Amino acid sequence: MFDYGFTEEEKMIKDLCRQIAEEKIRPHSQEWDEKEELPENILKTFAESDLFSICIPEQYGGMGGGLVDLCIATEEISRIDGGVAASYAASFLGMFPILLFGTEEQKKKYLPEIASGKKLAAFALTEPEAGSDAAAVTTRAEKKGDKYILNGLKHFITNGGDAEIYTIIALTNKNKGPRGISAFIVEKGTKGFSFGKKEEKLGIRASSTRELIFEDMQVPKENLLGGKEGSGFIVTMRTFDQSRPGVAAQAVGIAQGALELAVSYAHNRMQFGQKISSFQGIQWMLADMAAKTEAARALVYSVARAVDRGEKNIGPASAAAKLIASDTAMQVATDAVQIFGGYGYMKDYPVEKFMRDAKITQIYEGTNQIQKIVIALDLIKRYGK
Amino acid sequence: MNIIVCIKQVPDTTDVKINPETNTLIREGVESIINPFDMYAIEEAVRLKERFSGTTTVITMGPPQADFALREAISLGIDQAVHLSDRSFAGSDTWATSYILSQAIKKIKDFDLIICGKQASDGDTAQVGPGIAAHLNLPQATYVRKIDKIETKGAKQTILVERLVEDGFEIVEIEMPCLITVVKEINEPRMPSLRGKMKAKKAQIPVWGKTEIGADSSKLGIEGSPTHVVKIFTPPQKQGGVVLEGEPEEITEKFVNDFKQYL
Repeated sequence: MFDYGFTEEEKMIKDLCRQIAEEKIRPHSQEWDEKEELPENILKTFAESDLFSICIPEQYGGMGGGLVDLCIATEEISRIDGGVAASYAASFLGMFPILLFGTEEQKKKYLPEIASGKKLAAFALTEPEAGSDAAAVTTRAEKKGDKYILNGLKHFITNGGDAEIYTIIALTNKNKGPRGISAFIVEKGTKGFSFGKKEEKLGIRASSTRELIFEDMQVPKENLLGGKEGSGFIVTMRTFDQSRPGVAAQAVGIAQGALELAVSYAHNRMQFGQKISSFQGIQWMLADMAAKTEAARALVYSVARAVDRGEKNIGPASAAAKLIASDTAMQVATDAVQIFGGYGYMKDYPVEKFMRDAKITQIYEGTNQIQKIVIALDLIKRYGK
Repeated sequence: MNIIVCIKQVPDTTDVKINPETNTLIREGVESIINPFDMYAIEEAVRLKERFSGTTTVITMGPPQADFALREAISLGIDQAVHLSDRSFAGSDTWATSYILSQAIKKIKDFDLIICGKQASDGDTAQVGPGIAAHLNLPQATYVRKIDKIETKGAKQTILVERLVEDGFEIVEIEMPCLITVVKEINEPRMPSLRGKMKAKKAQIPVWGKTEIGADSSKLGIEGSPTHVVKIFTPPQKQGGVVLEGEPEEITEKFVNDFKQYL
């Protein structure tokens, strides 16, 4: 890995996350994947090590720092287990809307609980009929006195059931299109809030994905994010601008983990009387995998740095990072399985999990086709004269 | 409750080499870690502090690089550290080492409990902890696997512990201040925290030599150590033996013939 000019603090985060991933996650990764479970004690370890507090400002109980910190942590955890990383990063996905758009009261109430790791967060946008088309949500929020009554269903929600704090996107005025969508902060245990089935997934199986069901769920108006209706669409878009580099970092970590496994295997596997790493065909594959992973990483950290510098119009770059890194992860993980040959296809070896985990990074937080739309619309706006 | 934890920096390997001339460990080129048993001592101190508040202090005797071990202890939640380092300490045996540590503890003064790991993974003597208690004339409990209770009885404070013995465990109540050495069953050490790591990086760690701790020069280093290592060697490995095959009569005859040469 090249030197990205990480600060002392950033290196500290990297070292700590690597240590936790190696010592506390690697020995259990296969088991958690098989059983589709994320034991509470690993989240407790993250909390005790302050990993939930990075990139939350100090006045709200965080460590300060920015998106680079979150990308470093997510990459290191993903290098060992993309599923554990999904749950970790998804808490930040639930946190970002509060940080970016919450009122001072909302920030003071919820951010310290998320930063300390006492409460896991989640973001709930997707519905059976509204995925890529975010503006098509049908979950309704009707204002009655000083409350909103929410009815509807969200699905494919990462950390669903495990999280205590949810940012929920719902329709407050169906006649206003995207401007009729609002965001609410809802706590687990709210009357009328229940959970549907837990999804069985191809990859990132340690993280839980569930349906959220709202039946006449009463939400006090203080929990309307930012205190105003109609900002739900912009909340969603700005949140994704922040969170997509995190998905990209997850993808880089998965690629790195798969690459390391492939190199190690190739250097030990004997065929035709020699190590297969001595064959140029394998060497070229490994070199391509490494070069692409590094290129993706360089893009991810330069975008994360740009976000931390406060640059505007970060959406297209953020989308590009997610697009490139996730495609890289899929290709590198697939090639890693190829280098393992038949063994790579077997569950006895860890590499197939990386291929399964990589796939989701091309799909969630906007499919890569949606990322291309974000990039293309920006291009046309700039140069389409 | 104020707690002092004594730790040792050890080579991160079981494959240590010995200098044949001095009969001491060769430490160069081997990565150093906190003695694994001391990690349980650190964790127990941090847990007690979380329950009863107070201050936790970690001390070690060792060369300049032992500073890293002290900073790691701070990253794990220990409040402050003292580094005991002096050329005259070099080559100290367990008696001299426990004397030096006890002198430092006398200087720190205000403590209720001293916690040590049961033994160090390099020397495996398990003598330094008990040695410190002896030098300080304190009650002690070794091989503690659980602290059951800490309570105040009149003017006295006592600690009730379970200590591991060969065929089970004993429950012992001792008066504080006292020293305990702990075994791995006592807890599961936590990971460092980011805040702890930042604190560790910035921590000012005083280095105390023989003057600072008011040590008697004749009790330090190789000369102050009653232990003299005559020889350290690896015992020869047992040979696998010979398997004789064939009919019973043949085997017996061969065995008797072979055996005769040893008579």
